[in-house]
Amino acid sequence: MSNRKLTTRAARPLLAAMVLCLMLGCEGTTDIERLRQEMYNQSRFEPLEKNTFFADQRASRPWIKGTVARGQLRTDAHLYTGMVNGKPAETFPFPITRKVIQRGRERYNIYCTPCHGYRGDGRGMVVRRGMKQPPSYHIERLQNETPGYFFDVMTNGFGAMYSYASRIKPRDRWAIAAYIRALQLSQNATLEDVPADVRERLENE
Amino acid sequence: MAQLFPRGSNAFARVSIVAVLVVVGTGLSILLNTNRLHYTTDVQVAKKQPVPFSHKHHVTGVGIDCRYCHTSVEESSFANIPPVETCMTCHSQIWTESPLLEPIRESYRMGNPIEWVRVHDLPDFVYFNHSIHVHKGIGCQTCHGQVDQMPLMWKVNTLNMEWCLECHRAPEKFVRPREEVFNMTWKPTDEQGHAVSQVALGAQLIKEYDINPSTDCSTCHR
Repeated sequence: MSNRKLTTRAARPLLAAMVLCLMLGCEGTTDIERLRQEMYNQSRFEPLEKNTFFADQRASRPWIKGTVARGQLRTDAHLYTGMVNGKPAETFPFPITRKVIQRGRERYNIYCTPCHGYRGDGRGMVVRRGMKQPPSYHIERLQNETPGYFFDVMTNGFGAMYSYASRIKPRDRWAIAAYIRALQLSQNATLEDVPADVRERLENE
Repeated sequence: MAQLFPRGSNAFARVSIVAVLVVVGTGLSILLNTNRLHYTTDVQVAKKQPVPFSHKHHVTGVGIDCRYCHTSVEESSFANIPPVETCMTCHSQIWTESPLLEPIRESYRMGNPIEWVRVHDLPDFVYFNHSIHVHKGIGCQTCHGQVDQMPLMWKVNTLNMEWCLECHRAPEKFVRPREEVFNMTWKPTDEQGHAVSQVALGAQLIKEYDINPSTDCSTCHR
C-alpha cells in the first residue's frame, strides 16, 4: 500500500513536467505559457511588422529626408527626373529595344490599364466605375508630347492621377513611355505600316 | 484451487488487445494530425480586417493585376502590403463617402498605419522568398488559391513544412510558364491552347528554367 502511494507521489511532478513539455511552443500570455521557447515569433522584425519602440509603431522605417541609400545615388537627371535643361526630355535616356517595349507593355498593363485602358483611350474599368476619365493618348496634344512629359506625369502625378514613383521604377517608367508611343502609333497606323510578310495575314482576317 | 477468473474473461482479454491497439492508434493519429487541422492552421478561416477589403471585387470585378498593389513580389522576399496611398489612388475619387473606407482616409490624413490582420504568416525560422518562386514559374494561385474569388482573405494551404516539401520534391506537378504566374485561372496548355498534362509541361519547364529546388534544411532555415 505504502509502495503505491510512493509511486503516485513520484509520478505527479513527472506528469507535470510532461505537460509542460507539451506546452512549450504554444503561444499565450499565462505564466506557464511564457515558459515556451519563442521560435515562431522571434525577436526580429518581418517587413511591415509592428514595433512599439517607435512612436508610429512601424518596424519598417520611412526614408529619412536627405539620406541616400547605398547604390541609390541618382545623379543622372535625364534618367531619374525626365528633365533636360529644365524641360521635359525629348529623348529616352537609354536605347529603346523590342525588349524594352515588351517590358513597357507588361508594366503598362499592370499599372495604367485600370484607368487608361488597354488601348490608351482612357476608358479603363476604374473609369467606368466613376473615376475621372483621363484624356486619350491619341489626341493631338498628347501625340505631340515628349517622352519626358509622360515620364514626368508618371513620376509626379497629374490632375487626379497620383504619383506612381513609389510603385514603378524609373527605367520601367521610361519603358511605359516607350510603349505609350507604340500605342499611339498603333491607333493611327495604316495597312502600309504593316511589314509585308504579315500584311497578307491581316488582310485575310 | 478454484478458478480466479470466470470463463467470460477470455473474451474480455481478447477484446482488450484490440482495444489497446485502437486507443494507441487513435492517440497517435490525433497527435500527428493536430498540426494539419483547419482549427490549428486557420485554413479556410476568413480573418476580420480593419477594412473588409475584397480581392474578389478588385481582381475579378475591376481586373486589377496582383502587382498593382503587391509591387515588390517580383524582386523581393516580401510581396508588399500596399500603403494607403495605393488605395487612395482610386478611392480619393470613388466611394469617397463610404464609412467602410474611413480608416483608409484617416490613415492617409494622419499618417498612422493600418493594422491589417496577417493571414499568411510563416514562422520566423523560415526564410521564404517570393521573387525566386515567381521567377521559376510558381503561380500566385498555386499557394494562395483562387484569391480572385475571395471576398475576405483566407488561407487555402496549411503552409506546413510537409506542404512546402510536396512541391520542392516534385516541382513538375506545380510549375507553369512565367508569363502565366499572375493568371488566376491558368490551366496547363501547349502553345496552341490545347490542354496538356501538368507533369509533362512541368518537366519541360523544369529543364527550361533550370529548376532544382533543394530540400536541404538550410534552404529555408537559417
